[in-house]
Parts: sequence; C-alpha cells; structure tokens
Amino acid sequence: MDLTHSPAEEEFRARLREWLAKVLPTLPPKPSPDDWPGRRAYDLGWQRMLYDAGYADVHWDASPTMRLIFLEETERAGAPYVGAGFVGLLHAGPTIAAEGTAEQRARWLPPILRGEEVWCQGFSEPDAGSDLAALRTRARRDGDEYVVTGSKIWTSHAEVADWCELLVRTDAEAPKHRGISWLAMPMDTPGVTVRPLRTLAGSTEFAEVFLDEVRVPVANRVGEENDGWRVTMVTLSFERGTAFVGEVVACRRALGEVAREARANGRWDDSVVRRRLGRLNAEFRTLWRLTQWNVSAAESSGGVPGVGGSVFKLRYSRARQELYDVAADVLGPDALDLGRGWVLDRLSSLSYTIAAGTSEIQRNIVGERILGLPKG
Amino acid sequence: MRFQLTEDQRALRDGVRGLLARRFGAEALRAAVDRPGLDRGLWRELGAAGFFSLCLSEAEGGVGLGLPEAVLVFEEAGRALLPGPLVATHLAAGEIPGAATGEVVVTAVGGGGLVEWLDEADVVVGEAGEAVELRSVDPLTPLHRVPGADSSVRPDDLFVLLTAAEQLGTAVRACEAAVQHARTREQFGRPVGAFQAVKHLCAELLVRVEVARAAVYAAAVTADPVDIAAARLLADEAAVRGARDCLQVHGGMGFTWEADVHLCLKRAWVRAERGGSITQSEELLAGELLIEAG
Ligand SMILES: Cc1cc2nc3c(=O)[nH]c(=O)nc-3n(C[C@H](O)[C@H](O)[C@H](O)COP(=O)(O)OP(=O)(O)OC[C@H]3O[C@@H](n4cnc5c(N)ncnc54)[C@H](O)[C@@H]3O)c2cc1C
Repeated sequence: MDLTHSPAEEEFRARLREWLAKVLPTLPPKPSPDDWPGRRAYDLGWQRMLYDAGYADVHWDASPTMRLIFLEETERAGAPYVGAGFVGLLHAGPTIAAEGTAEQRARWLPPILRGEEVWCQGFSEPDAGSDLAALRTRARRDGDEYVVTGSKIWTSHAEVADWCELLVRTDAEAPKHRGISWLAMPMDTPGVTVRPLRTLAGSTEFAEVFLDEVRVPVANRVGEENDGWRVTMVTLSFERGTAFVGEVVACRRALGEVAREARANGRWDDSVVRRRLGRLNAEFRTLWRLTQWNVSAAESSGGVPGVGGSVFKLRYSRARQELYDVAADVLGPDALDLGRGWVLDRLSSLSYTIAAGTSEIQRNIVGERILGLPKG
Repeated sequence: MRFQLTEDQRALRDGVRGLLARRFGAEALRAAVDRPGLDRGLWRELGAAGFFSLCLSEAEGGVGLGLPEAVLVFEEAGRALLPGPLVATHLAAGEIPGAATGEVVVTAVGGGGLVEWLDEADVVVGEAGEAVELRSVDPLTPLHRVPGADSSVRPDDLFVLLTAAEQLGTAVRACEAAVQHARTREQFGRPVGAFQAVKHLCAELLVRVEVARAAVYAAAVTADPVDIAAARLLADEAAVRGARDCLQVHGGMGFTWEADVHLCLKRAWVRAERGGSITQSEELLAGELLIEAG
C-alpha cells in the first residue's frame, strides 16, 4: 500500500500546475448552458490547448496515476471540464482504442484528441433503457453499407456531435444479446434528424435522434457483426468505471465552497448542518481513495476497468445528490432561485442515479457479477 | 503510487486468517459465547505470532512493521470476531512489560468512559478506580463504565484506526454471511438471493465494505487524523448497517441466538462507542473543510 508519487509523477504535476496557472486566465468567458455552438467551441478549444501543450492523451496513453494527477490538478485549478468531449474522450475513444482496427484508430482517435470532433452515444431507445439489449433500431446490409432505421433517445450532446457510437440490430432472428452491432455513424448523414429534449433543469442537454434509411459504411463497424454486445460492455465499463472519476475532485471543491458559504451566512452555527458537511467530507475523501485503489488495481492488471466501477458509481451518484441537498439547506430560500450557484447543479445531480445505468441496475450488477447471486 | 497490497502484506493477511480460522473458527466462537472468559492460551499464541509486537522495532523485540500491516491484522481479527482488549494490548506493547508477548493483558478506558474486559485484564491504562459493571450487550465483551469520565476527550488516533480496521473485518464477515445465506436459502422455489429486494441489500453491503476498506487502508498509509476520522465513520457504518442488513437477509433465523449475526452487530455497537463520539469525528471533518477552502 503506497500513496506516494514517483519523482517523474511529481514533476508532471509541477509542470502541469505551472502551465494551468499561465493559460487559465487567457480563456474566454464560459458560454451559457444553452448556447450549444458556444459550448462546443469552448470545450473543443480547451481540448486543443491541452493537445498543443502535450496533455491531450492523458486519458488514454499516460499511466493511470498520471491521469489522476491530471484530474486533481485541473479540477483544483478550476480548469474546464471535458464537456462536449465527454463521450469521445472518456468512452467512445477508449472503446475504439481497445476494440478498433488500426485504420479505425487512425481515423477516429486523433481528431478526438485534437479537439476537432464531438461524439455522442446512441444506445438507449424509447423501449430499451435499462433493458438495453431490447433495442430495435435495425441495420439491413446493402453491399458495403448498412441501412439503418429506428430511433434513439436521451442522446447527450447530439445537437453538436459529429459522430455517434450507435447500437443497431443486425440480426433480428438471433437471441437479443447476439444480434447487435456497434457502429460509428456520422451525424450529418442524410436521414438523421435530431430533436432536442428539454431536461428538468430547463436546458437541452440531450435529444431524440431519428434514423430513417441512414447509410453507414460497413467499415465503420467496430468489432464483428453481431458481436456488438461484447463491445458495448467495454464501452459501459469505461463509462461506469472511469468516466466520472474527475468529478469527485470537483465535488470536493464544491463542498469546501458550501462550507465557506455556510460560515458566511450563519448556517454553520447549526451543528446538524456541520455534521452533514463533515460526513460528506468523509464521503468524498474516501471516494477519491476508492478511485486510487481501483486505478492501482487496473494499473497492475492492465486494460479495461472491471465491474468495480459499479460500486463506485452507486456510492458516488448518491453522494453527489446529498452534496447539493446540503447546499440547498445552506442556501435556505435562495435554493429556490435558479440564478444562484448550486441550484442548477442540484437539478442536474438528479440524473446521476439514472444516467449510465440506474442505481437499481448497478445493484443487480454488483449482486450478480461480483457477489455471484443468482439472476432474478 | 501503488495503493494495493504488496506480496508480503497479502502473505501476512493470509497467515493471520489461517491462524484465526484454526484457533478461533465458528465452533470456538460459539464455545466462547457459552463460556465467556478470556482464553489466555490463545492470547499467548497471538503474542507468539507477533500480533501485539507487530509494530515494535526489531531492537525492541518486535517485527518492525507499520500501520498498514497492523490494519490488515486487525481487519482479520474483526472478521473472526476475536474477543478481548486487542487494540489496547497492541498499543501497550513496548510500554507495558509482557504486553508484546501476550503474557499480560492490557485494557484501557475508552470512549464514553467504557472499559472492556476489566476483570480479566492485568493492567488498565487510564483511571478506572470507581468503574461500575454493566450488563454488556455483547456476550463477548464484558464492560465497565467509569462514572463521570470525561467523554469529551478524543481517543488516541491509533486506537480509533485499529478499531475501524476491526469494524471493516466484521463488515466483511456480515457481507459474506449474507451472501452465503442468500445463495442457499430457498423460498418460492428459488434462492432468496434471486429476489431483488434481497440482492440489493447484499449489493449495498458490499459497497459499504469497499468504501470502508478504501478509507481504512488510506488512513493507515497517511496516519492523518482527518483520514482516520473518515475511516472511522465509514467503517462504523459498514459494520453496524452491514450486520443489520445481514440479519434481515437471514429472516427469522437472523433473530436467533444460534445465528452468528447478532454477535457481529453487538460487537460493532461496542466498537462504535470505543471510537469516541461520532459527532466529534464529524466536526473534525467539517472543520477541515474550512481550512482547505482557506
Ligand atoms: C442526463 C442523462 C443523459 C443520458 N445520456 C445518454 C446518452 O448520451 N446516450 C444514451 O444512449 N443514453 C443516455 N441516457 C439514458 C440512460 O442510460 C437511461 O435513461 C437509463 O439507462 C435508464 O433507462 P430508462 O430511462 O429507459 O428507464 P427504465 O429502464 O424505463 O427504468 C425505469 C425505472 O425502472 C427501474 N428498472 C428498470 N429495470 C429494472 C430492473 N431490471 N430491476 C430493477 N429496477 C429496474 C429503473 O431503475 C428505473 O427506476 C441518459 C440519461 C440521462 C438521465
């Protein structure tokens, strides 16, 4: 058990810290949440700066420990989050890196790293959410193209995406987990229609995507035909296992701000509030330790994160909601004012126990795949 | 950063687990419940195996290992529900002659003025003159209480951390027991673990164990008081909540004296008091937020 860093790692941290201090003041102001073109430009611009400074591939090629240092330092400095780059950098990219051919890696990975292309995730459908394998979007083979028809829902960032990691049914006769394929679909192909959906926070975070005879080259398939469920499990293990890790540091920062606010407005004098804040401090400190533990485990075994990500996600998604509930308690009546900080965060935290597999589904995974309990 | 067990640590843990399984397995546990009293023979064997002298330097006749190793050993003790003032004796090694070898049993006045195993101990750390016997809820932890003891004194950090390690071990035991029962007990023609209400209880048991483990191990590495306070809160939660959920998974069986579940819960309650008041740990963690935030 060792939590110390090597000289090389400490040097990486020091250089990064210095660089952040230099570039962060030069960033343009953050666009408003509903200004999608603005958000796209801002998020990609940040990724480009990382690329030019040699930090772009920290999510993939650097050692997992370097990645944790990167997340700690960028969050602490208040640097932009991956934003529109989420799917590309944190799960589509890693999936292509793990499962794609050499040509596929060469075609798709560099633009993600350079901040040139945005990806979205077309997995869920109106009748296939938790039961993802029940998806019905069809892909009929026509020469060296698939002709895709169906619809997707809750597709985050679809409005500004260039590519979609798309799950389609390539064999309607096969058992439901066997007839699925994983495709990379350009979002500007004729037949793709995006209809924004409004979230309870009032923004258009995600969308419905309608697919009408959309032609996707067979060469865009990652993995074998009808073997897409296996590839999907790789994607989901990145999504649940590593994609949220950086947010823990952000939550710790927010918690400190809530405590400071409580001291300023007098809520700190309420010992119930202090005790809840103290417990949350224990929670987020430990979630970071759990992350270090999981990352060390992955570092020694190499490769794709294991189902332990479900353990992390269950606890993290609940802790995040509790954090913003305490923030609301500290704000008092101001918690009803959408203009106040944390109020939108509180609203968006409600999605954490749903998106990327609900908490109920994660408990099934922990119960069945880690503890070996029988399927229901 | 290599925040995983080393080969040596794994070997140490497995060795202690093996020793405790041989010397204090399920039957010995039941027998101890029927005939309470400290097993001096076992105590000396633990001493001979280095249980109490683990962290003493070799010059002092110890093994010269660190806090992470001590935490692994105490986790195993917690998993075995090993009785006795283990933490107090371990911390007295090197200070009180005979403690390191297990010849002398040392207890201490702990959180809330409680003293464990007072009548069986050879030495008491702290002032226990007027101690009054309680009818202890845990059949394997006799308790006395010192009236008027200053309950605002925060127990020693090492005391709290090793107690948290024991809580972690007991939480592991509760999780294993719940899963074992859920796999084998059948109702409605299938194992009860196939039902989501039960499966989800088991899943949350494991989540609390893994979270507590990360907290306890990290605190052992850093020995930082705030990390120790966090470890304490999460390990108490894992042990107490875990034992209750394990009891629920066992149904009527769980409410009996024969099932070991109640032993997990009662020990977890005793140890939760040993760490001092929960509020103090929470306040320490809250205060640190302001320091960090500047
Ligand atoms: C903010 C946000 C962003 C998202 N982004 C994307 C995206 O970019 N791409 C994408 O493909 N999807 C995305 N999703 C979709 C998300 O993955 C699904 O919403 C989620 O998997 C749940 O599916 P559902 O909405 O169909 O709910 P349902 O599956 O209908 O579930 C309804 C309720 O039933 C429970 N339930 C269902 N089945 C079981 C079961 N077997 N056992 C116990 N309980 C069960 C659920 O836990 C839930 O409480 C996003 C969702 C949100 C909220």
